[in-house]
Amino acid sequence: MSSIIARRRHPAAGYAAIAGGLVLAGALYGALAGGPASAAPGQSSASPANGRSLFIQSCATCHGINAQGTSQAPSLIGAGAAAVDFQMSTGRMPAKEPGAENTRKPVTFSPQQIADIAAWIQSLGGGPTIPDATQVNTSGADTALGEELFSASCAQCHNAGGSGGALTYGKTAPSLVASTPTQIYEAMMTGPEAMPVFGDGTVTPDEKRAIIAYITQTRTEANPGGFSLGRTGTVTEGIVVWLGGLGFLVLIAMWLTARRKDAVVGPGHHAESGDH
Amino acid sequence: MSDDAVKIPGALSGVGGWLDDRFHGARGVRVLMKKVFPDHWSFMLGEIALWSFVILLLTGTYLSLFFVPSTTDIVYHGSYAKLNGIHMSEAYASTLRISFDIRGGLLIRQIHHWAANLFMVAIMAHMLRVFFTGAYRKPREVNWLIGIVLFTLGMLEGLFGYSLPDDQLSGAGLRIFEGVLQGIPIVGTYLAYFLFGGAFPGSAIVPRMYIIHVLLIPGLILALVSAHLFIMFHQKHTQMPMHGNTEKNVVGQPFWPYFMLKGQAWFFFIFGALVVLSTFAQINPVWLYGPYTPLAISSASQPDWYMGLLEGALRIMPAWEINFLGHTLSMSVLIPFALPLGIIFTGAALWPFFEAWATGDKAEHHINDRPRNAPVRTGIGVAAISFYGILWAEGANDVLADKLQIPLYTITWIARVAFFVVPIGAYFVTKRICLGLQRKDAELLTHGVEIGIIRQLPHGEFIEEARPLTNEENAVVASKHIAPALPAPGRLDPNGIPEPAARGPLGWARGVANRAFTETVVPDGHANGHGEHNGHAVADGEHAAITGGDSGDQHG
Repeated sequence: MSSIIARRRHPAAGYAAIAGGLVLAGALYGALAGGPASAAPGQSSASPANGRSLFIQSCATCHGINAQGTSQAPSLIGAGAAAVDFQMSTGRMPAKEPGAENTRKPVTFSPQQIADIAAWIQSLGGGPTIPDATQVNTSGADTALGEELFSASCAQCHNAGGSGGALTYGKTAPSLVASTPTQIYEAMMTGPEAMPVFGDGTVTPDEKRAIIAYITQTRTEANPGGFSLGRTGTVTEGIVVWLGGLGFLVLIAMWLTARRKDAVVGPGHHAESGDH
Repeated sequence: MSDDAVKIPGALSGVGGWLDDRFHGARGVRVLMKKVFPDHWSFMLGEIALWSFVILLLTGTYLSLFFVPSTTDIVYHGSYAKLNGIHMSEAYASTLRISFDIRGGLLIRQIHHWAANLFMVAIMAHMLRVFFTGAYRKPREVNWLIGIVLFTLGMLEGLFGYSLPDDQLSGAGLRIFEGVLQGIPIVGTYLAYFLFGGAFPGSAIVPRMYIIHVLLIPGLILALVSAHLFIMFHQKHTQMPMHGNTEKNVVGQPFWPYFMLKGQAWFFFIFGALVVLSTFAQINPVWLYGPYTPLAISSASQPDWYMGLLEGALRIMPAWEINFLGHTLSMSVLIPFALPLGIIFTGAALWPFFEAWATGDKAEHHINDRPRNAPVRTGIGVAAISFYGILWAEGANDVLADKLQIPLYTITWIARVAFFVVPIGAYFVTKRICLGLQRKDAELLTHGVEIGIIRQLPHGEFIEEARPLTNEENAVVASKHIAPALPAPGRLDPNGIPEPAARGPLGWARGVANRAFTETVVPDGHANGHGEHNGHAVADGEHAAITGGDSGDQHG
C-alpha cells in the first residue's frame, strides 16, 4: 500500500486511475448485464385460442381487437403465421416505440406463445405459413446460385458481406449475422418493414434455400487475411491506415529522429550552389 | 562525427579505387556522402511515401506474374468452393487464384493494397507538413507543384488498381468513373466510348487499365519522384527554427553513415509495419463482393479513402441538369467532379505565388515557419482540411448513418450546410488561435518563463518570479518573421498620385490580402525579460498588441 501512496503523484497516476476505473466498470457491466436471451420458434401444437388472448393483452392496442388494424398499425388479417413468427421471434414485436423502424431486440415471448399467436393470425385470413425444416434445409444447396441471387437482390441493402446498411429516413437493412434460416425465409415471404416480398413466383423455394445457404456460409466462414474490420469495406480500411498505419509510423519517426547532441553544421543553399 | 572515425575496409577501398580510376567519381561521391540533412520527425513523412512506392513496385511485380488482365468469361472451379460454378472474368478468377491458391499471394495482395493506401496517406501528411511550415516558399515552389501532380497521379493509379480485380466493388467504381467521363460537356460521351472501346463495360477496359496501372503511371511517378528528390537534394532540405539554425546553414547529420542507415532502417520499419498490418487486417475481400455484373450493387460501396472526397461531392450534390443547345450538361456529376478537387489542387498550386504576391516577400526561405507565425496560411490550411473532411465524411454517409443511427438525409443536409459554413468559421477561429499563441510567445519574450515562485517584496508587493528563455527556447519562440506591410491601397506619393502597385482593383485586392497577411502580435519593445527586471511584467498589464495593415514598421 505504501508503494501506491508513494507513487500517487507520478505523472501516469491519473491515467492509471482512469484506466483502472474503466476496466472495473466494464467488468461489472459484463458481469451484471448477462447474455442475450435465446429463443427458437417451436413447431409444437399451437393453440389459436391462447394466441388470441395473448394478442388482446399485448398487440391489440395498436393492431385492433380483431387484428383489423388501426391508425397506429396495419391490419394483420392475411399477414400469415410467417409474418408473426418473424416479427416476434426477432423481438421486433411488440414494438418498443413508434419510430422509423422496429429493430431486433431481446425476445420476450416464449416459442409456444409466439406459435399460438401465429396460429390465431393464420386462422383469420391465411397468408404465408412458417416454413418447415425441409424448406430451410441448406445441405446440398447451390451457394454459387445463392451468390448470384444475393448479389442481384439482397446486397444493395444488406451489403455484400451481409453486414447491413442504411436506408432512407432512419430506416436500415439489418445485419444478417443473427438471422436464423427460418427468419430469412419468412422475411423473403412477408417483406417486413422496407423489404420487398420475394414470393415463390419471384424466387423459387430452391432459390430461397440457395440464398439462405449463401448467407449462412458467408457469415460463418473464416476471414482469410486477418480481421474482417467489420466487413464494412473501405471506410474502416481508411480509418485503419490513417490511425494504425500513419499513427504508428509517426511514433517510430519520432523515435528515429530523437534529438542527438552531435549535430553537424553543413553549408546552406547559398554557400554551395553559388548561383545566388 | 569526424571523417577519421570512419575506417574503410581494404577490400572496399580497393573496389572504390578501381571505380574511381574509371569514372572519377570520388570527389562527387565524397561531397554527396558528407551532405548534411536536418532531422525532424515530420521530415520523415515524405519518406514514408517513397518507401511505400518501392514496396508497391516490389509487390506489384509479384502480382503481375499471376494476374490475368482479361474480361474473358470463364466458369470458376477454384478452391473457394462457395463460388464454384459461377461465371466470371479471368481478371476476377485470377484475383481469387492469387488470394487462395498462389503461395503468399493473399499476403502480397494485401501488402500491395495497404501500401497503396499508406502511399496516399503519407503524401497527404507530407503535403500538410510542407504547407503548414511554409516549406513551399521560394526557392521550393517547383517541388511543391511536382508534389501536387504526384498526388493526382497517385489518385488515378489507385483508382485503376482498385478497378482491376473486376469484383462487384471494382465495377461500381468503374461505373461512376464512366459516368464522370460522360458528364464532361460535349466530348464526354466520346471520351467514355474511346476509353471503354464502346458501351460500358465492354471487354477493352481491363487490359487498358492494366497497362496504364503497371507501366504508364508508375513510370510517370518514378520520373517525378526522382525529380522531386533531386531538386530537394540540390536545394537542400528546409530546417526547423532552432538554436544554431540559420538561413545560410544546414544543421543535422551527414548522409553517410547517418542518413543512409537511417533511411534503410526506415524502409524496413515501414515494410515491417505493412507486413504486420497485412497479416492481421483484411483489406478488400474480393471474394465477398463476388464477380462484377452491371445489374448488381452492394450497399456501402465506397472507394478507397483518397477518392472519398469525390464520392462525397457526388453524394452531396442535388440532381441538377441543364439542356443547352441539344447538349445535356449534367451538373450533378460535372460540379462534384470538377469543383472540390479543382478548388483544392488549383488553390494549392497557386498558393505559393499568391502568398509571395500578397506579402511582397521575394526572399528565399530555408527555415520553416511555425504555423502560428503565419496565421492566414494556417487558417486557410485548416479551412481546406475542414472542406476536405466534410466531403470525405459525406462520402461515407451511408456507413455513418448505419453505424451512428442518424438518418441518411439528415447527414447529407448537415454536410450541405457545413460545406459552406465550416471552412469559413475554421479560418477565422484558427487565425485567432494563431494570434493568441503569438501573444503567448510575445509574453515569453518580454516576460520570461514563470517558474512557480511568488515572492513578497519588503513593501508588501507580490511578484511572480520568471526566468529568461534559454538560447534554445529563444531561438524557437523568436523565430517569427513577418514581411513588412506593403503601402496601403490608395496611398499617394509626394506628387499626389496613387502609387503604381496600389492602383486599380488588383492593387486594392493586394492591399486587402496584405493587411490580412501582416496582421501579427508584436512584443511592446521595452524589455525582453532578461536580467534583473524579471517579474515586473505583472504590473505592466497588457504586453502585446495586434497590429496590421500599414503599421509594418513595427514588426519584430
